[in-house]
Amino acid sequence: MGRLNEYQVIGRHLPTEKQPTPKLYRMRIFAPNTVVAKSRFWYFLMKLRKVKKSNGEIISINLIHERRPTTVKNFGIWIRYDSRSGTHNMYKEYREMSRTEAVDALYQDMAARHRARFRSIHILKVVEIEKTDDVKRPYIKQLLSKNLKFPLPHRVAKASTKKIFVAHRPSTFA
Amino acid sequence: MAEIEIKASQWRLVEVGRVVLFTHGPFTGRLAAIVEIIDHKRALVDGPSKKENASVPRQSVSLNYLIITPIVIPKLPRQAGRGAVAKAWEKEEVEQQWDESAWAKRREQREKRRNLSDFDRFKVLKLKKQARFEVRKAHAKVRAAAKSS
Repeated sequence: MGRLNEYQVIGRHLPTEKQPTPKLYRMRIFAPNTVVAKSRFWYFLMKLRKVKKSNGEIISINLIHERRPTTVKNFGIWIRYDSRSGTHNMYKEYREMSRTEAVDALYQDMAARHRARFRSIHILKVVEIEKTDDVKRPYIKQLLSKNLKFPLPHRVAKASTKKIFVAHRPSTFA
Repeated sequence: MAEIEIKASQWRLVEVGRVVLFTHGPFTGRLAAIVEIIDHKRALVDGPSKKENASVPRQSVSLNYLIITPIVIPKLPRQAGRGAVAKAWEKEEVEQQWDESAWAKRREQREKRRNLSDFDRFKVLKLKKQARFEVRKAHAKVRAAAKSS
């Protein structure tokens, strides 16, 4: 299991005299555990509706499992992230075995390329791309070509002996 | 201008159907076939061996943890299911091919030598000496025959 899980969180405003049956809000949230998932739920809901943790309640929270965790799929992810100079929307594609792995890869990728932290990224939508024609990004497209094959030309073998000096230099080119 | 002959490279390729050997992790020393290439560094593999302690569950692995072998299951469809892979594996006699290869034999011998006791090592030394003695005797005979003629 990876670092992140996908949770379905359902919450609402507390019932009041004016509104005895408040609307339910449901979100699919990627978080390492339920505590973070609930916190993220309130964070997002406060941005969208006039509901806070102090005047609301969480009705249910459950883990969403990947339906087929042993097939390779392509995922498209829409995000919004705060860089040091502004806010940007982005669309990225990942090739992974599950939604959570794709989102995990996204966080790693954003950290690597843009030095973006978890707190500065909002995941808007995660979609599995079913048709290969719908794949937009060239870095995923190149992996979908027919009869894909490539060599591994430079392989550094782990030192098999504990000797410091050996008679022959290691071969990395075979 | 001189004729320049360009030959295709003889690399073993990462491709669907390629049989790989694990070098790291809990499945070290086991064989599996590549079912799908995930990206430049990872592949989905499946090792449907029927032998005890030789099968590998379907999983994504880093190519750094594998060595690619010269064995290929030809025309394995992409993302073939476990059953289809097992069938192709059986049909191509992957394990038989592997067991017959010099690489596998060398691995086995190395493993055997590593587990020898001190006395076993002594026996190997003695046998090697005997073999060498026989070879040298034959060689000396040939040399003597060559000199006298």
